[in-house]
Amino acid sequence: MDIDKIREDFPMLRGLKMQGKPLIYFDNAATSLKPKKVLDAIYDYYASYCANSHRGDYDIAHRVDVEFEETRKVVANFINAKSENEIVFTSNTSMGLNMIAYGLMKELHEGDEILLSEAEHASNVLPWFHVAQEKNVSIKYIPLDSKGRLTLANLKKSLNEHTKIVALAHVSNVLGYILDASSFAKEIHKYGAYFVLDGAQSVPHMKVDVKEIDCDFLCFSGHKMLAPTGIGVLYGKYELLEKMDPLLSGGGMNTRFDMCGNVSLQVPPLKFEAGTPNIEGVIGLKAAIEYLNEIGMENIDKRERELKKYAIEGLKKLDNVILYNEDSESGIITFNIKDVFSQDAGSYFNAKGICVRTGLHCAKILTDFLNTDGTVRASLAFYNTKEEIDTFIETCRNGGNFLDAFFADE
Amino acid sequence: MHFSLTNEMMREIIMDHYTNPRNRKETDNPAYQTVFMDSTSCIDKIYIQALIENDVLVDVIWHGVGCAISTASTSIMSELLKGKTVKEANYILQEYLKMIHEESYDADVLDEAVVFMNTSRQPARIKCATIGWNGMEEILKGDKKHG
Repeated sequence: MDIDKIREDFPMLRGLKMQGKPLIYFDNAATSLKPKKVLDAIYDYYASYCANSHRGDYDIAHRVDVEFEETRKVVANFINAKSENEIVFTSNTSMGLNMIAYGLMKELHEGDEILLSEAEHASNVLPWFHVAQEKNVSIKYIPLDSKGRLTLANLKKSLNEHTKIVALAHVSNVLGYILDASSFAKEIHKYGAYFVLDGAQSVPHMKVDVKEIDCDFLCFSGHKMLAPTGIGVLYGKYELLEKMDPLLSGGGMNTRFDMCGNVSLQVPPLKFEAGTPNIEGVIGLKAAIEYLNEIGMENIDKRERELKKYAIEGLKKLDNVILYNEDSESGIITFNIKDVFSQDAGSYFNAKGICVRTGLHCAKILTDFLNTDGTVRASLAFYNTKEEIDTFIETCRNGGNFLDAFFADE
Repeated sequence: MHFSLTNEMMREIIMDHYTNPRNRKETDNPAYQTVFMDSTSCIDKIYIQALIENDVLVDVIWHGVGCAISTASTSIMSELLKGKTVKEANYILQEYLKMIHEESYDADVLDEAVVFMNTSRQPARIKCATIGWNGMEEILKGDKKHG
């Protein structure tokens, strides 16, 4: 992997400064940077074939349809879905999860259980709360082990004949542990429950194969994997998508309707895509996946694990850093500087040109488990470098001087 | 009057109020007006309580969880406004907010609160430096959410 060449591809990595310091972007779990290839694809759509999708009778509209439907195939190949008809475009992971929760609502009955974990992001908790209240079903949580991991043993203890849906993050956005999703799927399916996988933090960083995992649904966001914001994917097994009700109704998702209220719906995936879609997002997503494929997801995974290992080795040498997930596999590092409130640390990193995220990371149940008011999260991507990590570690070393952010003379 | 404060002194004042916050306590006395300040963008959760009698802030107390900047700024505010009339408190409050937003301000009335003069260097932290002050503003406006 030629890192110098890769960094050249990202306009944000070409010498940009923040607070007068070279920008170090370690907030990749929040959103990724975008390569020029993606920006060019979006520009090209608006500059050379701007038209709406579906039903245009002229050449440039036809080209939009071709690009749009080709992207579905590119996504299907990327996650190894059986067919492009299992790929629904959404606006982001949250929307996908909401669509599943709403779409499966009619299958739930009083006494049923939905199984989550304590480490879930708000977007994989709150839609289920809503459904649980509407349908009078209960929410249960698979306990985490002492390190914050989800184990097969704890899953087995939590499953029972009432379990109808199990919804879990493939990679936790706080601790970064990778779920053994295929083993989980086998257990979950023994009870006939649906397995919903939140792939927001996995799909951008590793090879995810929905056939091999055998999950029933997978949601992810484009913006965390080099594509623009506002585009996401909901994968569902086709027969389940057929059963699901669409959350949104409107143009493009019906075949005909009359004044009496009779409506015939499109078949999936179009059934779920009411209204003019995010065309630039879809086109950007295609370019992003092509870019990722050129590097290779296995290479990206390997590189990010290496960077994480390098960072952890350095951080462990410091006596003022508390690490919460040193042995998790993904590029997420969750920590605190001793005696420094996470947001104060965040400003200090900002003053050094380093982008990190602080607080609860939308996983508000997990805070009790970690027994802290908040943490700092540095999340790495393949385009980050060991040199950046060295600067980051030096900044951590001096983190006790966090008020430098306000008072150091530059 | 505080223009002689060095950066080092300002740091020390913030750290002193952060590690040893003043007036941090809570009461269930109904005579106190209470406002709860939280934020979706940060994890600070701060309750401000004030006892106002005859237009005077007889007591200003607060409790909750916050970063160094929100803790120290609320602590300093509580010391500064305690004993002031509502009119004086409003004036101090407005001058403080002007300072935070880089407008010209009356430093004489701000006392130790001038240590936050550099907040605009870290624009993302303006909300931390103002969370307690905004809570007090709500109480003074009579526009209070009971916590």
